[in-house]
Amino acid sequence: MKYLTEYRDGAVARGVIEQIRATATRRWVLMEVCGGQTHTIVKQGLDELIGGAVEMIHGPGCPVCVTPLEQIDKALALAARPDVIFTSFGDMLRVPGSDCDLFHIRAKGGAVRVVYSPLDALDLAGKHPDKQVVFFAVGFETTAPANAMAVWRAKELGVRNFSILVSHVTVPPAMTAILDAPDNRVQGFLAAGHVCTIMGWTEYEPIAAKYRVPIVVTGFEPLDILEGMLMTVRQLEEGRHEVENQYVRSVRREGNQPAQELVSRVFELVDRKWRGIGEIPRSGLGLREEFAEFDAERRFALEQIRTEEPTACRAGEVLRGLLKPFQCAAFGKECTPERPLGAPMVSSEGACAAYYNYGRFRTAAPADV
Amino acid sequence: MSTLICPTPIATDDRVQLGHGSGGKMSAGLLKARFLPHFTNDVLAQLGDAAVVDVNGQEVAISTDTFVVNPLEFPGGNIGSLAVHGTVNDLAMMGARPVYLSAGFVLEEGLPFDVLDRVVSAMGEAARAAGVLLITGDTKVVERGKADGVFINTTGIGLMAPDFTPGPARARPGDAVLVSGPLGRHGIAIMTAREGLAFEAEIESDSAILYPLVERLRAAAGPDVHTLRDPTRGGVASALNEIAAASGVGIALVEPHIPIPPAVAAACEMLGFDPLYVANEGVLLAFVPEPLAEPCLAALRAHPLGRDAARIGRVVDTHPGMVVLETAIGGTRVVDMLPGDQLPRIC
Repeated sequence: MKYLTEYRDGAVARGVIEQIRATATRRWVLMEVCGGQTHTIVKQGLDELIGGAVEMIHGPGCPVCVTPLEQIDKALALAARPDVIFTSFGDMLRVPGSDCDLFHIRAKGGAVRVVYSPLDALDLAGKHPDKQVVFFAVGFETTAPANAMAVWRAKELGVRNFSILVSHVTVPPAMTAILDAPDNRVQGFLAAGHVCTIMGWTEYEPIAAKYRVPIVVTGFEPLDILEGMLMTVRQLEEGRHEVENQYVRSVRREGNQPAQELVSRVFELVDRKWRGIGEIPRSGLGLREEFAEFDAERRFALEQIRTEEPTACRAGEVLRGLLKPFQCAAFGKECTPERPLGAPMVSSEGACAAYYNYGRFRTAAPADV
Repeated sequence: MSTLICPTPIATDDRVQLGHGSGGKMSAGLLKARFLPHFTNDVLAQLGDAAVVDVNGQEVAISTDTFVVNPLEFPGGNIGSLAVHGTVNDLAMMGARPVYLSAGFVLEEGLPFDVLDRVVSAMGEAARAAGVLLITGDTKVVERGKADGVFINTTGIGLMAPDFTPGPARARPGDAVLVSGPLGRHGIAIMTAREGLAFEAEIESDSAILYPLVERLRAAAGPDVHTLRDPTRGGVASALNEIAAASGVGIALVEPHIPIPPAVAAACEMLGFDPLYVANEGVLLAFVPEPLAEPCLAALRAHPLGRDAARIGRVVDTHPGMVVLETAIGGTRVVDMLPGDQLPRIC
């Protein structure tokens, strides 16, 4: 495929790996922020290839994984209502809530539909005027513009039977929370290329400066990630802590400004719970007051649904990079993708599911990963 | 153990979910837990694509399959042609020559006759092309909403040839793993038609009759064709895992050798799918001893359906029961069965 196969070239990859090995004088600890990058690393076996030169910690950037239990429970309650058509991206359907998932609700007769865009959900609202169509607006800054657009259009068109259940999160507060943690081990970040395509990287500059940590905006193909690692390792070796851009074919410093503008007109920063991590102040997006009528939580009075995250959950340690998935005693035993105990085992971009699906626990000695 | 409680174990399953029909681990679990215990016998225990029984000295293969595809018509075929191809291919994978078919139709009230006519006409055409006679059938009509247009069940009977008994348990270390054509076209064609997704190039289903390829392999390698499999629901990954388990061997794949058409690869990238798990209806996997790999590939390539045949891996005696893939950039990963269907991802 044009513009893709060239980023998966084995010979070039080996060259970059050699450069990383030659550059690193010690084993640096880097975190890839985005679940898409985690997926590539584990799927392509980059973690094995890079071996002793770099330790990768898999960050909290899988939107499916960090959606709090409480929001899942609200989604389940909505989807079970006979007057609701509940729409969602596909990978949210298997995420366990307190006692079941959206697949179970569908098997019991709930109208749960997979859509590929929030605008498809808005179209459904037009086709089913007798039903309330709710879209599960999950994701980082990447999906926020499309969700903002759907709400904007709904308001413009005066659609009364469309709303969104919002669980949007933003990347920079999560990185700050990781860096502030007393047990933090992360020395450099590969920032999420798609998030930065929308947001640019100006908001990462103060983080790099304050915490003296290199941040490299990185893409998702194997060569992107290897190059991102190399750029981060070079900064660490040279004592620099800058924001650099590896993903130049997609990301500009200012990002996509019309998209940012749309997002900020529809959404505002709010405190948000993260599954396995807890509440992070001003880390999420919520609908602004002018768009409150499209907020499913208000429309359906879901405020009474309050679910506490189990305090003993080890998913938080995995998401913060303190625990490798296979170091959890439940991994691959009580906890599998068929029957996930924790969110990171659910999505293909979750660290636990990536390790499980691609068999890391069977092929690699834990000490080498 | 109390420190290991991740959020909330899911309640015990108490009903059928769509994932039980995916061809992955959930399907296998359903079969094992709820069906097989009630029907124990030696023939069923073969669990191949078709059952092989002896009728007065003639070995006969029998296979049944039910087709519930949505949409009924898709680029490259319709539910009628698929209902013939699916069943005759299951017979062919046992090495049998398909001869007879039965067909049962569940029709939904309101199904337009022009759709039904196209479906049945495609079925007739496919049967003629496959050289099988449709010799008995049944129709039922259900109320609107109780079925999805038309469901079709076909049962096929095929005749086994002497000294040609490929089977899922016969793969051996040293075998080469061959694939007869490009992967992923059927699943992506259906998905595209169902969801109204538009990609730059239209992808047609590969739905086709595989017996002609089987005949060529038989001519090239005879009894040394150890295993044949059409990787339908669940894709190549699920088929290879089942063979690895049944034969007690490991399978090593080489990613750059696996033929994925660019349009399928592009669609999979967009949807977050892995083409190894996408259904095929006109492709076979063949396991033959390494020295016969080239003659078998040449035999496959001599037929239009096998033009893009490729060697994608080999059978090994390490990691029995597991399929391991060497990635394009030189890493490795395990290719496991999926629990249920692949889910389109968020971003």
